[in-house]
Amino acid sequence: MSTQVIAVDASRVEGRSPSQMAWERLKKDRTAKISATVVFIFIFLSVFAPLFAWLTKDTPNAFHPETLDSAMGALPIGKLGGVSGDHWFGVEPQTGRDLFLRFVYGARTSLSVALAATFVATVVGVVIGLVAGFFGGKIDQVLSRLMEIVLAFPSILFALAITPVLEDFLIGRGLQSGNGTRIPVIIVVLASFGWPYIARIVRGQVISLREREFVDAARALGASKFHLIFKQILPNLWAPILVTVALNIPTMITAEAALTFLGAGVMAPLSDWGAMLLSSVAFYSVDPMFTAIPGFALFFLVLAFNLLGDSVRDALDPKSSR
Amino acid sequence: MPADPARLACGKACTPELMERIRHAMEIDQPLPTQYGRFVKGVFVGRTYNAGTEVQLDCAAPCLGYSYQTDLPVTSLIKDRLPATLSIAVGASLLWLLVGLSGGILSAIKRGTLIDRGSQAFALAGASLQIYFVGLILQFIFVNKLEWLPMPGYISPFEMPLEWAKEMVLPWVTLAFLLSAIYSRLTRSGMIEVMSEDYIRTARAKGLSARRINFKHVLRSAITPIVTVFGLDLGALLGGAVITEYVFNIPGLGKLATEAVENVDMPVVTGTVLLAAIFIITANMIVDIVYSFLDPKVRLK
Repeated sequence: MSTQVIAVDASRVEGRSPSQMAWERLKKDRTAKISATVVFIFIFLSVFAPLFAWLTKDTPNAFHPETLDSAMGALPIGKLGGVSGDHWFGVEPQTGRDLFLRFVYGARTSLSVALAATFVATVVGVVIGLVAGFFGGKIDQVLSRLMEIVLAFPSILFALAITPVLEDFLIGRGLQSGNGTRIPVIIVVLASFGWPYIARIVRGQVISLREREFVDAARALGASKFHLIFKQILPNLWAPILVTVALNIPTMITAEAALTFLGAGVMAPLSDWGAMLLSSVAFYSVDPMFTAIPGFALFFLVLAFNLLGDSVRDALDPKSSR
Repeated sequence: MPADPARLACGKACTPELMERIRHAMEIDQPLPTQYGRFVKGVFVGRTYNAGTEVQLDCAAPCLGYSYQTDLPVTSLIKDRLPATLSIAVGASLLWLLVGLSGGILSAIKRGTLIDRGSQAFALAGASLQIYFVGLILQFIFVNKLEWLPMPGYISPFEMPLEWAKEMVLPWVTLAFLLSAIYSRLTRSGMIEVMSEDYIRTARAKGLSARRINFKHVLRSAITPIVTVFGLDLGALLGGAVITEYVFNIPGLGKLATEAVENVDMPVVTGTVLLAAIFIITANMIVDIVYSFLDPKVRLK
C-alpha cells in the first residue's frame, strides 16, 4: 500500500535542478524573450553579413558617386539620406557607400571585439579571483591591491593613450600595421580594464565557499589545490559569472565604440559603428540619418544586452526583484 | 610633428651626431627608472628641462612635464583647460544628482505606478545611450533646428555668466541624462530594500508621518551606495569628460588629452593621465571619509 503511494507521488513530483528552475523562470520572462530576440537578430545579421553583400551585389567599401549630389557638397540624393530600393538605409555622404552593409558589417566588428574582450576579461578575472579568494593572505593582498590600482585608472583616457603605444611596440617587433594588429591590441586593452570587476565578484564568492563542508571533505580525501579550486569551487560559481558576463558585454560594446569614436579604435575602411558616428559629426546637421543609424544600432544592442543581463540575474537569483 | 622630442629639437639640418648630443642633453638616453624618478621629483619640487644642447627650460612645481611641441610646461596647459572641465563637472553633477535622486525617490514611493514605470524607462534608456549620440541629437534639435541655444563652448563665467551657462547647457543635460540613470536605479532599489526593514515598520507603527519616514529613515540608509558612486563619477569627470568635450568641442582636460594623443605629444598625455588618476584616487579617499560619517558601522582606524 505505502509503496504504491510513493510511486504515484514520484510520477507527479519531478526533481529539478537549480539551473532547470532558472531556465523555467527565464522562459516565462517576457522582457528576456524580447531582448534575447533582439540580440539574436544582431548576431544573425553579423554572422550573415556577407550574404547581404552577395544579395545586393555590393560591398561595404564600394563607392557609389551616382547616389550623391555633387552640387550639394556630395550629400546623398533623395530623402532620409538617400534611402532607396538599392540602398535600404541610404548612403554615406561624400563616398556613397551603402549604409545598410556598413551597419551590418559594423555589427560584426562591434560584437566580435566585445565578445572577445569579454571572454579574455572573464578568463583572467575568474582565475585571479579564484586564486585571491582561495589562498587569501599575502597573495590576496597583492591581487586585491592590483585590482584597486586598475580600477583607479582613468580607463577611457588610458585606453586612448596606450593603444597607439602598444601597437607601435608590436609593429617594432615585426608585426604588420593595420587592423590585424590593432584589433587584438584593442581586445587586450579593453580586457585589461574589465577583469577586476569579475575578479572582485569571484573572490568574494570563493571566500565564503572555501569554508564549506564539501571543500573540507574533498581536502580530507587528499585532493590537490588545483582540484579544490577548479573542480570543487568553480562549478558553484557559474551563476554569478554568467550574470557578470551578460552585463559586461554591453560595457565592452560601448567602450569599443567610444575608442573608435575618439580615433584610437579599428582602422578605416573596416565598418564600425563608432567610426560611422565619428564621420557623421561633420554631417549631422545636414544628414541626420547618417548619425541615427549607428547611434540607434548601438542603443538597441546595448539596451537588449542590459535587459537580458537583468533577466538572467533575476532568473538565477529568485530573491532579487526589480 | 615628430613624436621624438630630440628629433623636434634637432631641426632640419640634423646629423646623427648632433641628434646624439641632443638626446644626451635632454636625458632621453638615461634608463627609464632614472627618467621616471626625475619626473616624479619634478612634480613636487620642480625641475628644468634641456631643450637641445643650449636652451634650458624652467618648469616650476608642480611640474607635470614639458610639452616640446607647444613649447609650454604641461602644468600651464592644464591650468588653461581646467576651468572648462570644472564647469562641466560641477554643473552636470548637480543636475544628475537632482534628477537621479528625485526620480529614484519618486519611483520608490510610488512603486508600481505610471510614474515609477516612466522613471524606470527613462533610467533604462539613459543607461544604454551613448554621450556622443545623445549629444549630437540634442545639438541638432536645440542648436541647428530650434536655434534656442548657441553652439556649446567655453567662456569664462566671471566675464559673461549668461553666455557661459547657455553654452554649457547641452553638455550638462547630456551628461546628466545618461548618468542620472544609475542614480535613480540605485536610489529606488536601495529605498525599496530599506522599506521592508523592521525598524521602518516600527517607525510607521509609532505614528511617524510618511514624509518623515521616507526622508529621515529610508533615504538616510539608502544614500550610502550613492555617495560611493557619486564620488567616483565626479573624480573621473574632473580628470576630463573625454567624450563630452570631444563631441561638443569644449577646450577642457579631456580635449587636451585627445589632442595630445592625436599629435603624439607624449608629455601632455602623461601629465593629463596622471592628473586624472590623482582625481580618482582623491575622490576615493574622500568617499571613504564621508562613509564613516554616514554609516556608523564603518569607522576609520
